[in-house]
Amino acid sequence: MSETTQQARQPGTPGAGLLELDDVSVTYRIAAGEVPAVRGVSLTLGSGSALGIAGESGSGKSTLAMALLRLLPKDARIGGRILLDGEDVLAMKWGRLRAVRWAGASIVFQGAQHGLNPVRRIGDQIAEPLLVHDLARPEAARKRVAELLDQVGLPAWRARSYPHELSGGQRQRVMIAMALACAPKLIIADEPTTALDVMVQAQVLTLIKELVAEHGISLIMISHDLSVLADVCDRLAVMYAGRVIEHGPSAEVFHAARHPYSRALAAAFPTVGDPASRMAPRGLGGDPPDPMRLPGGCSFHPRCPVALDGCASLDVELWPAGPDRTAACVHVREKEEAS
Amino acid sequence: MTETQTTAEAVATTGRALLEARDLHVQFSSRGRRARAVDGVNLAVGAGEIVALVGESGCGKTTLARTLLGLERPTSGEVRYGGAPLSYSSRALKDYRRQVQLVLQDPMGSLNPRHTVYEAVAEGPRIHGLPDEREIVTTALSRAGLRPPDRFFLRYPHELSGGQRQRVVIAGALALDPKVLIADEPVASLDASVRGEILALLLRLRSELGLSALVVTHDLGLAWNIADRVAVMYLGRIVESGPVEQVLTAPRHPYTQALMSVLPESPERVVLTGEPPDPTRIPGGCRFHARCQVLASGQAAEAGVDARCRGELLDILPAVPEAQTACHYAATTT
Repeated sequence: MSETTQQARQPGTPGAGLLELDDVSVTYRIAAGEVPAVRGVSLTLGSGSALGIAGESGSGKSTLAMALLRLLPKDARIGGRILLDGEDVLAMKWGRLRAVRWAGASIVFQGAQHGLNPVRRIGDQIAEPLLVHDLARPEAARKRVAELLDQVGLPAWRARSYPHELSGGQRQRVMIAMALACAPKLIIADEPTTALDVMVQAQVLTLIKELVAEHGISLIMISHDLSVLADVCDRLAVMYAGRVIEHGPSAEVFHAARHPYSRALAAAFPTVGDPASRMAPRGLGGDPPDPMRLPGGCSFHPRCPVALDGCASLDVELWPAGPDRTAACVHVREKEEAS
Repeated sequence: MTETQTTAEAVATTGRALLEARDLHVQFSSRGRRARAVDGVNLAVGAGEIVALVGESGCGKTTLARTLLGLERPTSGEVRYGGAPLSYSSRALKDYRRQVQLVLQDPMGSLNPRHTVYEAVAEGPRIHGLPDEREIVTTALSRAGLRPPDRFFLRYPHELSGGQRQRVVIAGALALDPKVLIADEPVASLDASVRGEILALLLRLRSELGLSALVVTHDLGLAWNIADRVAVMYLGRIVESGPVEQVLTAPRHPYTQALMSVLPESPERVVLTGEPPDPTRIPGGCRFHARCQVLASGQAAEAGVDARCRGELLDILPAVPEAQTACHYAATTT
């Protein structure tokens, strides 16, 4: 384990974050043409911090997450620069990339039901990355599995269980234990609690929060539920049509969003007890845009409740929207320019 | 029991209940053990009323919904519609299903990918041999918010967005002009921004058509958004029910309190531990006692009810609209 940790700890640029995305784009080439799924995303994640990426299906959030470890299918082209601990992920050779996956950064996928092999004991599945990466001999791996199960709140005897013997929440815990196996510095969690019951969701979120706080692991969490992200993450980035349209400290983005799309997302999950949302579900008219036929100007303008005439032709970039915050909306730009 | 007697009795006891479960039990045998999926439930949905049935997976809420639809036969107790007990002859059931329609979650799974929108919505009216099919489909699509309807006739499910697919599923239910919709997690698989639109549609159908709805969900925010009343289910029983404002702002049952406490932004969390509920092993006494935070913290002992929590069964809650809870501890604090 220690060997890989050292390997992964290449001399990073001093003062830089653990993960730096610079103008990252992902384009799928399909028969019908090119699909721009991610369009110029720049983000930084510091060591030991948690970043939430919010957005709907088609916003590019999962594509972006997969791009971080080059897990995309062959027809995807990644542009820009992705630095993990100072090392350019896009320039890595396959061998190095294999080592970085799991040991440098690992992914917890949504749908724990499908991520596990139904005919293998979970202990063997957790040990697999350790053995494959030559990080431990079988005996040590067994000890490490017990340790990992303990970390995610499962008894050690569960190592002998098969996936079907576990509940959904327990299976998601196993997935998290697998992600932790090689002691990565970064965990990418894609909708880790979707399809779980509220009580189980709360347990899994508590576990993730503890891991971030106690082990200094950095986290990127992806969800369409802004309230869940705000609960776990320090910072939030909201994506729409392949771009980050708002970015800032979680509480501020959730409670006082500056972009009308973030406001709509925040209002979609009501606070129980808030009279404003009683008998008044709030959503957005229209549907997320087809990435192959993005509207001109600001790509949100056809659904925007506060769009101006100019929004159909003017594409606004991220603009400072207060201390440590940015938002890509003409209203934000006008206000900030006026002050 | 003649027909007139039962009707008179129903009116007398439940007033305006349109769809009702009375002392309903549904049991399955599971690997040699009996699973009491629904273990004594009284629940009424009035005309034009939206009731949210809330609980975790395994609590029996989906079995209860299926039984109310006539898809499952109760082991004992009865389902009543319009004041009369449900008859399980195939003809009566076919008739019943025009009145009470199911809206499934996951529209991608419930729509046939090779049927056009028109075919999907026309299926129900065809089965029931209704005249003016085109007219019915047009009206149903338009009521479900797919306008202009004829632009959707020849589209296939994969050409639609998630929200549009869910609207097609709702249009399919509306095509039979039902009185009650039973919706199982109607927005769980939808995107956040679309969710509000579909919920608003359910509210609009209620105000425009007077539709009743029973919405089965694990999402308390959904109940807050659209339901008049909420019933919280735990291990086959309703443990708390009443008007949404009352139950969700001042929950009295420890289980409801725990569910509320794990919502994001809630100040203090009560994360329940212990085994997930198993309907083949329902504990004696209060069915929640093994996981109850009030019992575990000693509050129940202070109030002198801990022995009853462990050993004394609770009465089945009646189907009344007022706030009520099945808890020994809550009973001491009224």
